[in-house]
Amino acid sequence: MAISQAGRIGKAGLAARIRLGDSLFAGLVGAAALTVLLVILGLFYELTGDAWIAIEKFGLEFVWTTEWNPPQEVFGAGALVVGTIITSLAALILATAVGLMVALYLTQVAPPFVARPLSYMVELLAAIPSVVYGLWGIFVLGVFIRDSFGPKIVVLLGWIPIFDGTPLITGLLSAILILSIMILPTVTAVSRDVLAAVPGSQREGVLALGATRWEMIRMAVLPYARSGVLGAAILGLARAVGETLAVTMVIGNRRAIPHTIFDAAYTMPSIIANEFSEVENKMHEAALLEVGLLLLVITFVINVIARLLVWRVTKGQRAVVQE
Amino acid sequence: MTLGSSKANLGLYRRRKLTDQVMTALMVACGVIAVVPLVLIITYVLKEGAGALSLDLFTQDPNPPTRPGGGFRSSLVGSGIIVGLAMAIGVPVAVGCGIFLAEYGQGRLGIVLRFLVDVLAGIPSIVMGLFIYGLIVVRQGHFSGFAGSLALAIIILPIVARITEEMMLLVPRSIREASLALGAPYWKTVTRIVLPTALPGIITGIVLGMSRIAGEAAPLLFTSLGNQFYTTDIFHTMDALPLRIYVFATGPYDFWHEQAWAMALVLVAIIFVISLGARALFGTRITVRQ
Repeated sequence: MAISQAGRIGKAGLAARIRLGDSLFAGLVGAAALTVLLVILGLFYELTGDAWIAIEKFGLEFVWTTEWNPPQEVFGAGALVVGTIITSLAALILATAVGLMVALYLTQVAPPFVARPLSYMVELLAAIPSVVYGLWGIFVLGVFIRDSFGPKIVVLLGWIPIFDGTPLITGLLSAILILSIMILPTVTAVSRDVLAAVPGSQREGVLALGATRWEMIRMAVLPYARSGVLGAAILGLARAVGETLAVTMVIGNRRAIPHTIFDAAYTMPSIIANEFSEVENKMHEAALLEVGLLLLVITFVINVIARLLVWRVTKGQRAVVQE
Repeated sequence: MTLGSSKANLGLYRRRKLTDQVMTALMVACGVIAVVPLVLIITYVLKEGAGALSLDLFTQDPNPPTRPGGGFRSSLVGSGIIVGLAMAIGVPVAVGCGIFLAEYGQGRLGIVLRFLVDVLAGIPSIVMGLFIYGLIVVRQGHFSGFAGSLALAIIILPIVARITEEMMLLVPRSIREASLALGAPYWKTVTRIVLPTALPGIITGIVLGMSRIAGEAAPLLFTSLGNQFYTTDIFHTMDALPLRIYVFATGPYDFWHEQAWAMALVLVAIIFVISLGARALFGTRITVRQ
């Protein structure tokens, strides 16, 4: 009797301890997970607070007015916004065209012994640091554009105003090319996952009706994966918009709206990288922080849209094709 | 079926076949185009970097611009300290977050948090630098290696969290159920059974995350700032290899440019060895992605 009584108390104690252990553990990992939420809220809160005097003074016009004059304390991010849009969109078009074709090749055509190393090599591009891209961009790509590629473009397409000008080491074209290389791995890898998630039965059905491989891709694969590929492209866009040092090193850093692809320009991240360490007054610093806030809002929205699109196709799964 | 229509069919078939071949060729061509930049960049980093490499670079600190020579010891050590501290801060939180998403993440909160982790991974690293500048540097009144570490810790957080979650979910249900059936509490099942099983994958993820933050310079610009003198004090401004490359590459001196290439070679070599090594040791399934 006494023994079983003791046993019962022990069991109840044990159960309580287990419950305590379980809730402690859940609380601990839950707290870790909530830091993500805290960080995101903190980002918005801190940047808004730090940029407040600029937000108050310039209002919404900050986004499109183009005068950026530190000594006069007049700031407008228009030229930077335009520079960012031009470089990111151009890079996006180039990277998506190539990246989608590579992803199609990897998932639909290539035998595993080609697909594996190829997709691995494309992913290695993502491992190269931004500064190394910038270094290569200045001393190799930039020189190539100034001495050979640029002049050829001027001769061939110079009659179109945006392709005219004097090719230099730094300028829009250098930034666009570097950016396309840098976002290629993102676009390729996400497209690859999305394309691999297309059900085999869809493809087989079209092939069984006598379609060629390209017709199968066009009729069965691309329509199914469309929103996911769009998501992949937009994820690439988010990377391009936020890419900092490589662009800062090759874009030429000029606070004006560029007129040709050889003009020097500025992007939002590159002006922060370039001017933040030598601000001339409080308002200058606040304006740069507001550019950072703008960057945060833009990339946040872009990312939310892109993730939703990708999730719709892959349902949260990361399909790995070559395995 | 007349003869004429079958001829027309043949023509149509040839055209379809041709389109197929042209598009296939285009796909192969794009595959080649995608590899060319990698080959070019690696070649130049190897060629230019190897030419400028010397033992002095590893044992000396940067010289003032008027005096050629010097090295990047302070940057190398600074990078090691900043990255190490960033991992010490970021990895435990990230692994905890990953465990939560894998084990308790089925509800609405889990879905929202998983989504936010993905979104956080896509926010530009320079924004993290500005955030830590306002949060730490301004409040403390000075730049520091510690602030740089915090910025990098935020960058590694979503990378490791997501990989931890995926690796935990790969562990077969039957193993969890066996442990629970033997009477082990849930938290013990997770920490003693599931986590160790998933550990190789998680470590690969951590190492790949490390190689990612080791190359970051933008978030350090306004946090650790850079420092041409050797220091191991984390509350002092501190140099990092990518920062030094940025300064030297954009500077006006030829010997700076040469040293920038040498540093780029060292940095790329470290990053490639780390990520290739991690994959070779623990399998190739894991990728770090924006």
